Amino acid sequence: MTRKPRHLDQWVLVVLGIVVAGVLLVAPLVLIFVEALSGGWSLLVINLQRDYMRSAILLTLVAAGLSVPVNVVFGILLAWCVTRFRFRGRTLLANLVNIPYAMSPVVAGLCYVVVYGLESATGRWLDAHGVRVVFAWPGIVLVTIFVTSPYVARALIPLMESKGPDEEEAALTLGARGWDMFRRVTLPNIKWGLVYGVVLTNARAVGEFGAVAAVSGAIMNQTLTLPLLVEQLNNDYKTAAAFTAAAMLALIALITLMLKTLLEWHQQRLEEMALGAADDHPTRP
Amino acid sequence: MTVSSIAAATTAEEQHGTHWFFLQPPVFPGFRTSFILSLLYVGVVILFPISGLFVYASAMTWPDFWQAITDARVVASYWVTISAAFYATIAAVLIGLLFAWNIERYDFPGRRLLDALIDLPFALPTAVAGLTLSVLLVPGGWLGQFLAPLGIKVAYAYPGLVVAMTFTSLPFVVRLVQPVLQDFPVESEEAAKTLGASRVLVFWKVILPALVPALVAGASQAFVRNLGEFGAVIMISGNIPFRTEVTSLMIFVRMQEYNYPAAAAIASVMLVVSLLLLWGLQLLQARVLRWQRR
Repeated sequence: MTRKPRHLDQWVLVVLGIVVAGVLLVAPLVLIFVEALSGGWSLLVINLQRDYMRSAILLTLVAAGLSVPVNVVFGILLAWCVTRFRFRGRTLLANLVNIPYAMSPVVAGLCYVVVYGLESATGRWLDAHGVRVVFAWPGIVLVTIFVTSPYVARALIPLMESKGPDEEEAALTLGARGWDMFRRVTLPNIKWGLVYGVVLTNARAVGEFGAVAAVSGAIMNQTLTLPLLVEQLNNDYKTAAAFTAAAMLALIALITLMLKTLLEWHQQRLEEMALGAADDHPTRP
Repeated sequence: MTVSSIAAATTAEEQHGTHWFFLQPPVFPGFRTSFILSLLYVGVVILFPISGLFVYASAMTWPDFWQAITDARVVASYWVTISAAFYATIAAVLIGLLFAWNIERYDFPGRRLLDALIDLPFALPTAVAGLTLSVLLVPGGWLGQFLAPLGIKVAYAYPGLVVAMTFTSLPFVVRLVQPVLQDFPVESEEAAKTLGASRVLVFWKVILPALVPALVAGASQAFVRNLGEFGAVIMISGNIPFRTEVTSLMIFVRMQEYNYPAAAAIASVMLVVSLLLLWGLQLLQARVLRWQRR
């Protein structure tokens, strides 16, 4: 419940909040675009067309484009498994997927380096067969999948838990096969949660730094994603180019925020409608 | 593995009621597929690399391991990480509480925009956040120009570390406190006011106690995140040995020296700490939930 601030101390709180938000959230965002445009449009366009920028954009798209579908498929399977069945070890399984969330990304990257790099038997075997994982794009894709693995499952599990199994049970009773039940009942019920999970997964996949830095080897034009390129260019004192890459990432972040906000408003409307409907009809005993 | 035997045993024992594996007989199709694939996913993507790290670190001799994790520069990084994470968590709690309170209580221009912007630190890549904050806070920067005359050095110094961590962990507190404020019964507040309590007293005695569980949960999530923060921190802290190097960076430095065993040793210490914190957090949250339901 919100109301207009009336007393002086309330105004002080509101103004203080706006000032802090301005300093901490708005100023950085504005600065990115001001710096990116500081050399004018022509420099921006030149920077965008450089080889390293194109290759970084491509690699970032590949990493996000592969990790999102993998996480969607396995996130749905995991959520289905832990919310629709009651078995021993269920909570453990649901919690294991939270591990990447609590880990330092650099540690995550190192795990993949020691398992798939030349340090290990697995890595030497792969190398002998001509497959390079570490310091190459497959390693970047793998760590991106690792760091993003909790997001879809975390978006779906509470949602499916709160919806309950009733509608799906009804579909089965009416003779639907498993896949039809999933396609016609489960999927429509979870679609917004799924979109939410995809948006978060994509944002993290595009922006991941520490884990990717650990496995990338920072080879120009080959293993630099956009966030790594930002750091590399900044270290080389190419500030304008660094901020061009940063502005692209900030733009993706803004789109993410917009989609997220729209989805939340949509969700609120659905909840209000459900409340309204519940008031119209007597609830089931 | 025995996964298929579990599933086979399931169908055989289903009729008998109680079951050693299923607590409720499964009614839905797809258990076998979803269970095996989930296990495979969690196993291949998460557990295999993590156990690989422990196996790799355990190949070291104990003196080497001890040497790697108690190196003076590494020990200094533990303190830098823990203390900065601690200060940043306090800052995130205070600022987060202010934001959540304003958004949920007051109607002011830009309220919905602020609500949407709260998640910016989650959406913005950490390296971009660190770079931008450092450019803002250098002595000639938009904000740094006001701090330089006061003799306060933020960018490329310890305070920068705290600012970066505060930024990246801010949404945790706001997003956990908001729903509690939303659901807070207006009646108890009104009752306290009718009894003559001042607004400040109402906040301290009625509202704040109700917020404590959410604040604790938000603070612990923020703290865990801060301990592992890397991208934002290295772009702003200047990475001065013994002064502003965080533990994640020490692991990274050891990797760049191709000293993988030492990196793995430090990483395994960090990993154990994060797993313990995650576990503790889950226990804490379960307890808080029970406490709230009472």
